[in-house]
Amino acid sequence: MTFRHKHLLGISELHPREIQTILDLADRYAEQNRNDGPREMVLAGLTQINMFFENSTRTQASFEIAGKRLGANVMNMAMQASSIKKGETLIDTALTLNAMHPDILVVRHPHSGAVNLLAEKVNCAVLNAGDGRHEHPTQALLDALTIRREKGRLHRLTIAICGDIAHSRVARSNIHLLGKMENRVRLIGPPTLIPAGAADWGVEVYDNMAEGLKDADVVMMLRLQKERMDGAFIPSEREYYHRFGLDAAKLTYAKDDAIVMHPGPMNRGVEIDGTLADDINRSVIQEQVEMGVAVRMAAMELLARNHQTDPKGVMV
Amino acid sequence: MTTLFTNTRLIDPEAGTDTIGALLVEDGKIAKIYDDPDAYGNHMEFICNSYGKCLAPGIVDIGVKVSEPGERHKESFRSAGRAAAAGGVTTMVTRPDTLPAIDTPEVLEYVTRRANQDAPVRVLPMSALTRGRQGREMVEIGFMLDAGAVAFTDCDNVVVNNKVLSRCMTYARSLGALVIGHPQDPDLSKGGATTSGKFASLLGLPSVSPMAERMGLDRDIALVEMTGVRYHADQITSARSLPPLQRAKANGLDVTAGISIHHLTLNELDVGDYRTFFKVKPPLRSEDDRLAMVRAVADGTIDIISSMHTPQDEESKRLPFEEAASGAVALETLLPAALRLHHSGDLSLAQLFRAMSLNPSRRLGLETGRLAVGAPADLVLFDPDAPFVMDRFKLRSKSKNTPFDGHRMQGRVLGTWVGGKSVFGN
Repeated sequence: MTFRHKHLLGISELHPREIQTILDLADRYAEQNRNDGPREMVLAGLTQINMFFENSTRTQASFEIAGKRLGANVMNMAMQASSIKKGETLIDTALTLNAMHPDILVVRHPHSGAVNLLAEKVNCAVLNAGDGRHEHPTQALLDALTIRREKGRLHRLTIAICGDIAHSRVARSNIHLLGKMENRVRLIGPPTLIPAGAADWGVEVYDNMAEGLKDADVVMMLRLQKERMDGAFIPSEREYYHRFGLDAAKLTYAKDDAIVMHPGPMNRGVEIDGTLADDINRSVIQEQVEMGVAVRMAAMELLARNHQTDPKGVMV
Repeated sequence: MTTLFTNTRLIDPEAGTDTIGALLVEDGKIAKIYDDPDAYGNHMEFICNSYGKCLAPGIVDIGVKVSEPGERHKESFRSAGRAAAAGGVTTMVTRPDTLPAIDTPEVLEYVTRRANQDAPVRVLPMSALTRGRQGREMVEIGFMLDAGAVAFTDCDNVVVNNKVLSRCMTYARSLGALVIGHPQDPDLSKGGATTSGKFASLLGLPSVSPMAERMGLDRDIALVEMTGVRYHADQITSARSLPPLQRAKANGLDVTAGISIHHLTLNELDVGDYRTFFKVKPPLRSEDDRLAMVRAVADGTIDIISSMHTPQDEESKRLPFEEAASGAVALETLLPAALRLHHSGDLSLAQLFRAMSLNPSRRLGLETGRLAVGAPADLVLFDPDAPFVMDRFKLRSKSKNTPFDGHRMQGRVLGTWVGGKSVFGN
């Protein structure tokens, strides 16, 4: 087994072999989840706390189901409603929870780097469920698993990531992961939504769907993150949809067997056409959700295993 | 009381020389400078044989934040003064961004009294330019000058309203007051915690283009041209800001510029894994910008190096990067950090002390900053080569937020004198 980390904070710190390890294990869990066979309760007796400082339904449910399928005692804490409202700092919250000896902390936070900061202060394994615009590692892993299962490989593919790259942690984690696995990554979006310096990340940047989607194997759409926008980024949603929204016509620029992905939740008619999103021949959006549970089961098992067998031998 | 320094490397920023000699201090002033390194006079009360060590005019540090009034738990005049003495800073020019802001003669008198009571080094207070640093009404510039204010600045609160700023500048000009600006376009730089680019984007941090500084500087220079005020830009940190600065100087405007030691010795990559001690204002720049700034100090485009000493307690820094407070303490690390530029061969000692002692003194019309007969004996004696590992908990500042924690540094202050009186070391 190749996976020596104490926490899963981002894709940037993972070795390609570690990514393979997670995906291989997740693949087994994906099959197990589909069949009603006997389950291994590898997290039995462990306590998993989901701390979400930012609203989430999908990711939190996915982590909860993943933990419960493996036998963990899962507790959800809606942090927006709790002590931070009373003025407690992130570190104090972390120390308080740490004193209760949880085994796994799943954390989402609106600020980049906040999960790294928290991980420094606790003894248990920390999983980043998304921090600001920084990383969302389990999302990139579930995307990778979906691609691998659909395309039969995870290298030498042309993958177009389209839309609101600037506000997207999903995009950053995917760029890290797909780059490490030696794929050709393209970013497509209006220049206001492409982060500064993106061209230096080893990706190709386009502001035109026709050019960017040419010969793509995978088209990954991103949600327009209206809640993170505090100024003029795009003139209007209808112009955005006209120029950058994915519909059947724009998809013809990509390869004939190109798959369509979206991390959800979707804004239908803003970044993606509703009919296309539901087209089971092209869209793998539902499979992404399914793989999400499998990937999270695999990640939590690996972290818990590392922590139990050799708490000192794992890398921070 | 007399003191004789023998066998000493005398760093004279005025002449740009670094020669071995001897220097005699009498009655708080520099009385004599000998070319003969072993000069001995008669009746010496104190002889300092500092073979191979350097003697330079004490540092005049424009932009020190002492958190009095308001946040004495972060820094007081006593702790800041001791830190200054230990760092070879003989004059602290303090910032008015306290709570409340230093914007009335009464508050200024309080500050002066506290400084005189507790600080072992000279303290020259600056005043806010507008009331409460709100950018709406100007302070009583005349009264503040009478009360001892040496310059007027709203610090990092940029005066947005051009009409207000132009009136403040016009009024200040009639009194000969120095106005210090913080060149930033406040809309463009709003919320920016890092310099925009590939690195900040990967970290997912809100960032600001260095162009915001250039735009702020362009605006300020236009108003200086209009009003004729004496103007100093507190921190110029990006290569893009240098051409307008050079043009303004060439056009004969009374404009000078400063930079913090952090922007000369660190770059954006030092932020690394969201290390909040590296969060300063403006944010650390690219390595290209840093090198351009070092060259600009060497050629005199940038006049003044300062510490931008900004104490922050642990609670303000132990937060996610975006939420964490900006600023770093630097009174004690200013000289060792500046010596990095000497050891790297970028700047001579004379050039460093021109930017740290002579130029700030001249800009404020002070007698200090020179190794000349008759000048006040504000002196720092240091060993430029002595190595040490920085330990932030050994700092004399109440706040320990230095980005140099754990860094290997070279250069130690051995003694500091203010007006001939020893305030640190022997």
